[in-house]
Amino acid sequence: MLSGKKHQGKNSCMNHSPEQLTEEAKQLLAEYVTRYDSMKLKERLKIPAQEMPVQDPEVRTHNLDEVAIGFSSEQARVEAMRCLLCLKKTCVDDCPVKIDIPRFIHHIAEGEFEKAIGVVKETSLLPAICGRVCPQETQCQLHCAVGKAMKDMDKSVAIGRLERFVADWERANGKVVIPEVKTSTGKKVAVVGSGPAGLVVAADCRREGHDVTIFEAFHKPGGVLRYGIPEFRLPNEIIDQEIAVLKSMGVEIKTNFVVGRTRQLHDLIDKDGYDAVFIGTGAGLPVFMNIEGENLVGVFSANEYLTRANLMFAFDREKADTPIYPSKIVAVLGGGNVAMDASRMAKRLGAEKVYVIYRRTENEMPARKEEVAHAREEGIEFHFLENVKRILGDEYGKVKAVECLRYQLGEPDESGRKRPVEIPGSEFVIELDTVIVAIGNNSNPLISQTTPQIAVNKRGNILVDETQKTSMDRIFAGGDIVLGAATVILAMGEGRRAAAAINKMLAEDLAKEKPLTATPALQLMNV
Amino acid sequence: MNRIVFKRQLSKDVFLMKIEAPLIAEERKAGQFIILQTEEDYGERIPLTIADADALNGAITIIFQVVGKTTAELSLFEVNDELPALVGPLGKPTHIENFGHVVCVGGGIGVAPLYPIAQALKEAGNKLTVIIGARTKELIILEEEMKTIADELMVCTDDGSYGMKALVTIPLKEICERELKPDRVIAIGPPVMMKFCAETTRPFGIYTEVSLNTIMVDGTGMCGGCRVNINHQAKFVCVDGPEFNAHEVDFDNMIARLNSYRDIEKQKYKCFLERSIREKILV
Repeated sequence: MLSGKKHQGKNSCMNHSPEQLTEEAKQLLAEYVTRYDSMKLKERLKIPAQEMPVQDPEVRTHNLDEVAIGFSSEQARVEAMRCLLCLKKTCVDDCPVKIDIPRFIHHIAEGEFEKAIGVVKETSLLPAICGRVCPQETQCQLHCAVGKAMKDMDKSVAIGRLERFVADWERANGKVVIPEVKTSTGKKVAVVGSGPAGLVVAADCRREGHDVTIFEAFHKPGGVLRYGIPEFRLPNEIIDQEIAVLKSMGVEIKTNFVVGRTRQLHDLIDKDGYDAVFIGTGAGLPVFMNIEGENLVGVFSANEYLTRANLMFAFDREKADTPIYPSKIVAVLGGGNVAMDASRMAKRLGAEKVYVIYRRTENEMPARKEEVAHAREEGIEFHFLENVKRILGDEYGKVKAVECLRYQLGEPDESGRKRPVEIPGSEFVIELDTVIVAIGNNSNPLISQTTPQIAVNKRGNILVDETQKTSMDRIFAGGDIVLGAATVILAMGEGRRAAAAINKMLAEDLAKEKPLTATPALQLMNV
Repeated sequence: MNRIVFKRQLSKDVFLMKIEAPLIAEERKAGQFIILQTEEDYGERIPLTIADADALNGAITIIFQVVGKTTAELSLFEVNDELPALVGPLGKPTHIENFGHVVCVGGGIGVAPLYPIAQALKEAGNKLTVIIGARTKELIILEEEMKTIADELMVCTDDGSYGMKALVTIPLKEICERELKPDRVIAIGPPVMMKFCAETTRPFGIYTEVSLNTIMVDGTGMCGGCRVNINHQAKFVCVDGPEFNAHEVDFDNMIARLNSYRDIEKQKYKCFLERSIREKILV
């Protein structure tokens, strides 16, 4: 059983305790606060980058609590003071939702947290989520002038952590503001899927005064944020909070509703009177390796493994009815964030050994550096330049081992990463009882299967124009169902664009309808 | 929320429930299933085939056998109680056309999902032979209903307490051996029964369809927990099925996968029963 206890015990030498970090930041803050405005560039660059306090690895592998504890306000202010407030905002250029980063960071430095969150929320709807799961190191922080000046991009201003800080501050201090909703237009928008793209569309369309209904197939909303990303990286409480805000804005959420099955997509428009539909059903179709033994007992898609643990609470073996496989030695296949999540979850669920098997090297891993580092701290063992060739079963049809091949890196492929080339005759066997396949997802085929008239590409992704409109009238799509497996923030960016197009279309509808209703009155006046 | 509008105990462990679900009642077709939960946070999601639907009154019928904790819990729901989660209709509908002569084989609780299919086949103009089998007399369900649509009905029990003392494969084989071979066979029941039905019809080359009830989580293609080997390829029961060509199904693998969590499930059920006895929920 996992304890629900908060972090405790002494920290390893690698990480400093939150108290220690706050104490140091307090002293720094006292030193800088009086001369923050007049600080020279060189001086700013000397401000030490703040370390994110984390739960001790020994402790956290026995609970599901969040690994990164979050900056204290002192740490946040010191970190914010590192920002050079560049006039040319390269960080903003790389943000999919164009948050005015220097402006919100400046407010944090001055201790004006409410103003800071206000700036973030001008463009980003879900900062507590983005601050945690966005790949900042390849977006806003990639071109940070501080990182460049220090010749180490790991030393860039921790924009994501600061975003998370202000979002958490807002929530902890009861300052969450329900966005204003315009007077009702009478127009109805259906949002299919309650993942990141859908949540953004719902909020943006509702703000314009349209009636919005979200349809979710599962019994709880949140999509991949809930079933996929584990509690230790994105607590459910945060998703619940965002959903609560949407509900107080008047968004209706219908769970246990599979568009395409419970109701046909076109029926939403033809029969149910929706004026626009947004499809944000995500990339929910797990890809398998198509190798021998993949259907043995003990082989799971990362989707299944994580859904059991996250959405169905299978981590709580006492209370939950949904079982989780009792694993001792686990191999996770893949090198992305999902592979990190699955391996770390397996560890928390009591696996004695967890291997991540990846065909290339650490440099090519798509997972975030921070997640890889956290996984390593937690005792996950990485097997690079190896790949599973087949899975071996025992006489009961259960996994007993994997046969692997060694690889070396060859020429770069179309993605620019060096292609892994197998070394013939390098087979070797690893004994284990569980294999989790985390090599990616294709688009969920349910909508395209049940709506043949919607145009998709050969991978099953829905085709859209630059406004996110599909081949069908009044139907828009965005997020992973369009992009293939991508990121939360890109899905949100697509949702934003789709919502803008939907709002524009509905405004045009309303403008067209107006003269009709106004005509009799005008005629009367003429008489 | 889905309200239970009717409940009847068909035998010691078998229950029939009609549940309010207007959209599902309207959309569902023969062969499709639902997923339900008896508790929203910690409950598990179990798939159950829709046995019948009444679109006019907006209700679906499910028939289930108590085999574990969730089905036991479900059997304690009474009329007017509401289920916290129910989603559907899921899966592809059965392919219905006038095939000619169709043999429908139902084993135990499998007769429940077979019934709407038999109904639809009858409506499409097929000649219907129905074989119902069960371990013992009291586990025979829907005999009267099947009688009204079947051109020929055979009932058998393993212990001979009712109908002929035989496994369903005995009459099935006899029918296959007739001069006028049936055009199609549909078998729904325990995996072992379906496996042997497949073996029975294989030498005769009669197309045989089975409806698989595997472990599922989401039921929309997202988790892949339900995958089975069909002609050496992994297929998802929830979106590619639930019905497949019986002669292509790797039943041994499917049965092994169904038992993935058997020990945990047994333990959960045992704890539930012990607690129920303590709290005097069950007699």
